[in-house]
Amino acid sequence: MTVTFLILAILTVAGTAAAMGLRNAVHCVLALTVGFAGVAALYLQLDAQFVGFTQIMVYVGAVAILAVFAIMMTHSPTAVRLPAYSSQWVWGGIVAAAVFLVLAWAICSSSASTQALPPQPYIDVQQIGDALMHRYVLPLEIMGLLLTAALIGAVVIAMDRKEETK
Amino acid sequence: MSSLQNYLLLSSLLFSIGLAGALTRRNAILVLIGIELMLNAANLNFIAFWRFGPSPSKLTGIMFAIFSISVAAAEAAVGLGIILAAYRHSRTTDLDQMNSLKG
Repeated sequence: MTVTFLILAILTVAGTAAAMGLRNAVHCVLALTVGFAGVAALYLQLDAQFVGFTQIMVYVGAVAILAVFAIMMTHSPTAVRLPAYSSQWVWGGIVAAAVFLVLAWAICSSSASTQALPPQPYIDVQQIGDALMHRYVLPLEIMGLLLTAALIGAVVIAMDRKEETK
Repeated sequence: MSSLQNYLLLSSLLFSIGLAGALTRRNAILVLIGIELMLNAANLNFIAFWRFGPSPSKLTGIMFAIFSISVAAAEAAVGLGIILAAYRHSRTTDLDQMNSLKG
């Protein structure tokens, strides 16, 4: 169990660090899929199978592909190669490192985080569906509304309006 | 030992990597990806706290994570739409060059 966690943690951190560090944007997204898949494997290790496969479908299957399409549509081959990092990158790195140090200090000094693993729960998809249709039906409906609004909004924002304004 | 502490440390590391990317990258799409990484770290926290919590059979953490993933997907779609619109307006996705509001 520890060895699996270690391997998955190294894979996830390496994938996400490469996604944020590489120069080529397409390589970044490819490394990002490795990181997302690592997080999905961590969900599977934590006995959350449904969330793990949702993570693979939504993040690896949709968000990464969407990012690749956006990179493709905004790529101009004639543009001069600019530096990958902003001019203030030192301050950004310092802020991120400080955030990590504060979080790690809080986690290590907390007594709740040394808890042992409780026995494995039995969760199947039917239970999740029952919970979504009974106890969590209002959030589910709101989520459907939000996704519809986001879909229409994304299309309207990204639509090319040149023909209309002529 | 594979206790809650390890998962929390891993997710705070993921959050910091996403934050560093969102603060330092010049490409707007990669900044959005950094924000997605931060949301992923939060989801990992939800699942870890659910698994190590007193009653994992109540599904609360799973529901939180599912709704959070849905919100993140909607956010990615709208964010990339905004980036496309901004690219059409200014012909660049470089955040250091999108400075027409700068005083």
